[in-house]
Amino acid sequence: MPDETRPVLLRVRGVGRRYAGVTALAGIDADIRGGEVLAIVGENGAGKSTLLKILSGVVQPSDGSLEIADARGALAAVELDGVRDATRAGIALVHQELNLAENLDVAGSIHLGREPSRFGLLDRRRMHGDARRWLARVGLDIDPGTLCGTLPIAQRQLVEIAKALSTESRVLILDEPTSSLTTRETDRLLEIMDELRRAGVAVVFVSHHLDEVMKIADRVIVLRDGRKTGELARGEYDRATVERLMVGRDIAASERRGVAADAAVRLEVAAVTSAHRRKRAVSFSVRAGEIVGLAGLVGAGRTEVLEAIAGVTPHGGEVRLDGQQLAGGASARVRHGVAIVPEDRARNGLFLENPVAMNLSLAWIDRTSRARLVDRRGEGGLVSRMIARMQLRPPQPARRVQTLSGGNQQKAVIGRWLAVDPKVLLLDEPTRGVDVGARAEIHAEVRRLAAAGSAVVFASSELEEVLLLADRIIVMHEGAIAGELAAHEATEVAIMHLATGGGARAHQTGPHA
Amino acid sequence: MKRALGIIGIFLAILVFSIFFAENFTTGINLMQLTNRTALYAVLALGATLVIVTGGIDLSIGSVVCLSGIMTPWLLIEKEWTPWQAIPTVLALSAFIGLCHGLLITRLRLQPFLVTLCGLLLYRGIARWMTGDQSQGFMGEYGDVRAIALAKFTIPGLTDYRLPATVIPALVLAVVIGLFLSRTVWGRWLLATGRNESAARYSGVPTAWLVTGAYVACSLLAGFGGMLFIFDIGSAQPSDFGNFYELYAIAAAVLGGCSLRGGEASIVGVLFGVATLRVLQNTITLAGYSSQIEFAVVGGVLLLGVAADELIRRYAARRLERAGAAART
Repeated sequence: MPDETRPVLLRVRGVGRRYAGVTALAGIDADIRGGEVLAIVGENGAGKSTLLKILSGVVQPSDGSLEIADARGALAAVELDGVRDATRAGIALVHQELNLAENLDVAGSIHLGREPSRFGLLDRRRMHGDARRWLARVGLDIDPGTLCGTLPIAQRQLVEIAKALSTESRVLILDEPTSSLTTRETDRLLEIMDELRRAGVAVVFVSHHLDEVMKIADRVIVLRDGRKTGELARGEYDRATVERLMVGRDIAASERRGVAADAAVRLEVAAVTSAHRRKRAVSFSVRAGEIVGLAGLVGAGRTEVLEAIAGVTPHGGEVRLDGQQLAGGASARVRHGVAIVPEDRARNGLFLENPVAMNLSLAWIDRTSRARLVDRRGEGGLVSRMIARMQLRPPQPARRVQTLSGGNQQKAVIGRWLAVDPKVLLLDEPTRGVDVGARAEIHAEVRRLAAAGSAVVFASSELEEVLLLADRIIVMHEGAIAGELAAHEATEVAIMHLATGGGARAHQTGPHA
Repeated sequence: MKRALGIIGIFLAILVFSIFFAENFTTGINLMQLTNRTALYAVLALGATLVIVTGGIDLSIGSVVCLSGIMTPWLLIEKEWTPWQAIPTVLALSAFIGLCHGLLITRLRLQPFLVTLCGLLLYRGIARWMTGDQSQGFMGEYGDVRAIALAKFTIPGLTDYRLPATVIPALVLAVVIGLFLSRTVWGRWLLATGRNESAARYSGVPTAWLVTGAYVACSLLAGFGGMLFIFDIGSAQPSDFGNFYELYAIAAAVLGGCSLRGGEASIVGVLFGVATLRVLQNTITLAGYSSQIEFAVVGGVLLLGVAADELIRRYAARRLERAGAAART
């Protein structure tokens, strides 16, 4: 139970939020107390960000209310209409993406928007003096005249926290504060959180790293699918309990049971360093006919690895296809039989204003053309075959892709590649925003392609999909492979354990500086 | 073809107006000159179209016209080169200019507007400096070479109208570029790149090379066009030859249904766009309006055309959306 002796600074009563009829958050109750660190955990899309946005006035709740304690500790309902309201009420949010203006110095950043002035001129001396005081509070010993752009990420994070404190905030909200920090920097941040707690500040933070949560939190609130599935005080929670509450359901393991061990290795990823900021080397291989699922939390580096294999972004290390090293960019690799279905299909996958036919045949026209002329009759036949095979609805080749539903749009992107029988198919979130029926059809096509001898690698944030489709699961954490699970031994809890840094391997491989 | 219908309508309307209200419009000599000018500007507009299809822009067309058109007589008369040396050199230089644009845009990732704006200033400056700002001409020589642009072909049955030779390169280029865009893999890829460069890259389209190629083709055609212009008119001033030609080329392409956002083109539309602008200019002169007003009229027509196009497109999109919503429920 929460420590009742600590004063409630902010009370959340039955708060919910809907976006265009879709419930993102429902019926959340919570007491946020001074002198306490409250952690909010949950899977991707569980509603953590929405809750933080409501607490900090960025969005307003559709249901329920917030109550804030006045100077005497009496709670009164408030409406936070915008961040300024929240700041005035003593609530400050430190964003996950750092928001410091790189061209300002530290003192200027801390005071941005409320610069002290004398006779209309900036009072630099006071700015620097104040800044030094707040920097000391977060244990940062730097000159307030330093440009923010020149500071390392960890120090910028601390400047942000100093800035949040400088608004006299009593409730400090941190959205994934450690996501860009090294282990040592994280430990330092946890110490600072502890100091703030002792000074009576209420600290609320979201984290994907259960280890940190275990170390610091007085209470943990677990969210799943927009609802609170548990609230545990220190001493009541352990890793396993929290993981179970995050995942919540038991899912039947994969229908497939792996690939013959003697199948030839199709794809080899050898010490590839991708565009992920940690620049950790990733190695794995995929056999012909095998479907490998990349699991992990947002920012774990799955997209970066897929894009490196496809040659869309430059990378270190080697990618080999049937033993041959792949060089060059995406266009060269596509010609060798590598295909990628990107995460953001509207931006990177589709030509929305063009007809379905053009979208489906774009990769194919290159393979069959004679003297670079498009085989128009062949194209018509191919398009009808692909529309039938992908069960595109409505089955009209001339229809603009824009007018199709999300599921049919995704089928169009996948169909483009199935038309050329890729040797390696990479899919990034293959069924995001896709309805259940279309999802089953997409899965069936991916399996059929694997059965024909392709190597398939897909990334998905939905554990259910990973368990359903993959023969083998590679879990990523912080840009590195945290562990590997065969389909038959994988459970959601086991994956979540690795994805949140619970695996042994993640600790062995330090960041490559 | 559907995209060209609008501009064909505008063209016919202006044509009818001209026939009735512009004195001497239908005389053979005027129509000959009009066809000739349309063909010359079409060469430039076709090049501009290739760049606009990629979502880019080339502001240096007029200056490349000037550099090429000034250099050709300068090399032949002042430097006493043979045509076999001068013509390939000037064309190669034009293509090289385009290559530089393309590489700066795709490799250094500079904005097309800025790169070609610098080109606009650079090439005109070079042309003026190279020639000491002196007018360049063929001094009545090289009649055989100039015949490329000056020859006229008799059409059986017509007495006072003969077809200008410049129509041949213009039509050949239009057919080649039209087929390139609609029938070849590269054309398909170029349109795809203009529509969504990122999606094209993810699909394995070599976008950087295609875009570079478009700039090479555009500058090469500007250089070729400049050469035809100088063959036609005989002599020109480096300070004003080719001024604003890039804007005529871009305006014609846009009137012809090319979106400046890229990914859309109609070669037939572009040809009619060029013709519309030429007939307008011709009529303004013949109908006795002060020729100073020409820019204003061209600007007004372009604005009307583009606004009408956008409104029609929006209307169509809304209808489509409504149909889609109805189909879903």
